[in-house]
Amino acid sequence: MKVVYIPKLLVAAFLALSLAFLASPAPAQGPTPTDDEVNRIAKQLYCPVCESTPLDVCPTEACRQWRDLIRTMLADGKSEEEIKQYFVTQYGVRVLDEPPNRVLTYLVPGVAILLGGLLLLRGFQMWMKPSGTGTAAVENQPAQDPYVARLEEELKKQK
Amino acid sequence: MIANFGFGVLFITFLVTLYSVFAAIYGDRRQIPALVESARRAMLMTWPLLTLTAGVLIYLLINNHFEVQFVYEVTSRSMPTYLKVTAWWGGQAGSLLFWSWLMSAFASLVTLRKWDRDREFLPWVIVVACVTMAFFIGMNVFFENPFAQLYQTFEGVKPYTFRPPDGILMTPDDGRGLNPLLRHPGMIIHPPMLYLGFVSFVIPYAFAIAALITGRTDDRWIRLTRRWALWAWLFLSFGLVLGGRWAYDVLGWGGYWGWDPVEIAAFMPWLTGTAFLHSVMIQEKRGMLKHWNMLLIILTYDLVIFGTFLTRSGVLSSVHAFAQSAIGPLFFTFIGFTLIASVALIIYRWSGLRSETEMTSMLSREALFLLNNLLFMSILVVCFWGVIFPLISELFSGQKVTVGPPFYERATSPLFGALMLLMGVAPLSAWGHSTVKTLGRTLWKPAVAAVAITVLLFFTYTQKIGALIGFFLVAFVILVTIYEYWRGAYARQRSQGENIFTAFWNLTGRNRRRYGGYIIHISMMLMAIGILGIEIFQVETQGTLAQGESLEIAGYTVQYKEIASWSDAPAGVNYTRSVIDIYRDGKFLGELNPRIDYYFDSQQTMTIPGNRSTMRDDLYILLVDWEPVSSTGATFKIYVNPLVNWLWLGSLLFLAGVVIAAWPEKEAERVPVTVRARVPQQEQTPSAAD
Repeated sequence: MKVVYIPKLLVAAFLALSLAFLASPAPAQGPTPTDDEVNRIAKQLYCPVCESTPLDVCPTEACRQWRDLIRTMLADGKSEEEIKQYFVTQYGVRVLDEPPNRVLTYLVPGVAILLGGLLLLRGFQMWMKPSGTGTAAVENQPAQDPYVARLEEELKKQK
Repeated sequence: MIANFGFGVLFITFLVTLYSVFAAIYGDRRQIPALVESARRAMLMTWPLLTLTAGVLIYLLINNHFEVQFVYEVTSRSMPTYLKVTAWWGGQAGSLLFWSWLMSAFASLVTLRKWDRDREFLPWVIVVACVTMAFFIGMNVFFENPFAQLYQTFEGVKPYTFRPPDGILMTPDDGRGLNPLLRHPGMIIHPPMLYLGFVSFVIPYAFAIAALITGRTDDRWIRLTRRWALWAWLFLSFGLVLGGRWAYDVLGWGGYWGWDPVEIAAFMPWLTGTAFLHSVMIQEKRGMLKHWNMLLIILTYDLVIFGTFLTRSGVLSSVHAFAQSAIGPLFFTFIGFTLIASVALIIYRWSGLRSETEMTSMLSREALFLLNNLLFMSILVVCFWGVIFPLISELFSGQKVTVGPPFYERATSPLFGALMLLMGVAPLSAWGHSTVKTLGRTLWKPAVAAVAITVLLFFTYTQKIGALIGFFLVAFVILVTIYEYWRGAYARQRSQGENIFTAFWNLTGRNRRRYGGYIIHISMMLMAIGILGIEIFQVETQGTLAQGESLEIAGYTVQYKEIASWSDAPAGVNYTRSVIDIYRDGKFLGELNPRIDYYFDSQQTMTIPGNRSTMRDDLYILLVDWEPVSSTGATFKIYVNPLVNWLWLGSLLFLAGVVIAAWPEKEAERVPVTVRARVPQQEQTPSAAD
């Protein structure tokens, strides 16, 4: 019988590697995420099927499965952004609770409000008298018909 | 047979409204008073005709005539009678008919008043009211017939107004039943309240158009419709609050407002309506903003139609669904036509709407009211953009997006904050003129007191900046308003010798609009406390508990005791009801019973929360219906909503405030005055005092 000599160094290295492998934690198998952790992410996503329904409160079977998927992905060590991106890739940007293009989303109403403000400022300039200071009394509302105008004239004379 | 009769009456009503429109126009143009009177009487006839139509529909609903498509869709045998009646507005066709019925009632009420001074308005008020009515009735007649019956044909079972040649009338054994979510009391009252608000706003709009057409561009039309606008605003406000309460009670997400497009659709006319109620005061007091007030009421009217359109046309599910729906393009066309025609009238009367006075100060009340309008319009712009942006995105890029609460909350919070600040400042500014000095003199005391309250809250309640700013503004507004109220009562007490309570009472009675308005402002601040509480301080958790197990949240201990499930066959419901014991600091507070109701007819569930309410907070517990319940455990979602009941309390005070503001004024008090006048010897000239 032929004898095979394996170098001691090689055996030691093999044992060390085996021990390291056995001792290291199994990848992507953390503790089961809680309902609150799942809902924290599900709250930021909308059901791809139902209208205007956040994923954390959607009662359908499909939504339950999507929440289970979030739980699995969390247990696998995925981050919040990665999970959201996964849903976007699968179902489109409509699953997000805000459009991804924030600039356009906020710019249009922002500009409209600014224009409204400028319009109001212009209106103030048009309506204001040049000397708008002092303690001017409140102006009376102009009379609407001749009888009332005469009435007010008479009252003024009697003062 | 009965259904055909109902349709016949509906069709006749449509013809009568058309007659009314043309008779009023022709009678006015040709100066034929008898024809205008005929138009008025025709319009008065629409209400009994529509009542008869509605009566037929209700008869069909109550008596299980499932061969009628609408009855089949919204009722079932197991529903109690009162729910079958309210199912009238539980579906599209019925709710359009309900809209028309309310419109005819209000139009009739308006035309029954005395028209002596305002005769020239009458034909055009009739025209606008009847054009609106004709539109809604026309949609029922031609597109959404509530009396369409189900026929079996070679192409399957379909609804038809008249029997098709190869059709056999089909009567299902039972109906689909009303969506369980709509069987809540809040949902029973919410649509009628909203529709009351929507429809009432048509009246001021009709008068505005009449004013433009006739050239009566003074504020007469505003004075005539002031109470209409206020009541419309009350109904709309209450409709929104009831919708919020319904959402809180049955939708199962622990909130009252989700910035859902349908919610926003009803909110938008409220924004312009509120701006309008403030802005018309400027026209009445100072003769200014005539163009703007016209534009505001036109915008309110079209937003009312737009709101009805958004909830009925299917456009929100998809812009393509809009194109496929029959009524979507019709609504769109009607809105476009009325908006363009109304704005064209403003342009036609532009010079006649010129301001009569000028502004003297940027801190005057009219200037601050204008700022108020800017803020309301800004919130409107945010809401409108949030609603249409998904449609625009789909139309132009093919990509569907969702605009959810984060956008609305971020964009509107500073605007609401600015509005609150204005609510604190404006009541103390004067019409015509105010300076920093005069305003500062009156504002500093409430401002300092509000700061003191905020500092106290910082040390005792919260360090969150957003909450502290909100509470400061709430305290500021309430203190300013009470201060204003007190100043008036104190002055009255000194001059009239009344005690302070009588002075308060009489002061309110003497100027109901003003002091009713102050009560409304205070009520809004109470609602703001509730909103701040739930939005900033809400905590939630979800967990599966075995029987006897408990969990902790926000100082409460919640222990799951037991669960039971049983069916009520006559009612067609299966109940799953849990028992939860509540403790705080070891002390037993009571038992809650969150449950799940499963409706056999519609195969849908409704989650009913167990809710313990105090002014401090709500402990709100849901039995989560999408997780299986077993003998080992049940899943609960628990919310603690601090201060939320201030929202509902505020809404009750709001109701009182609007009633006070809208109540007819008392006669002017008679106060003895000494007058010196020279009386000529020969003859006595009547003086202006006569």
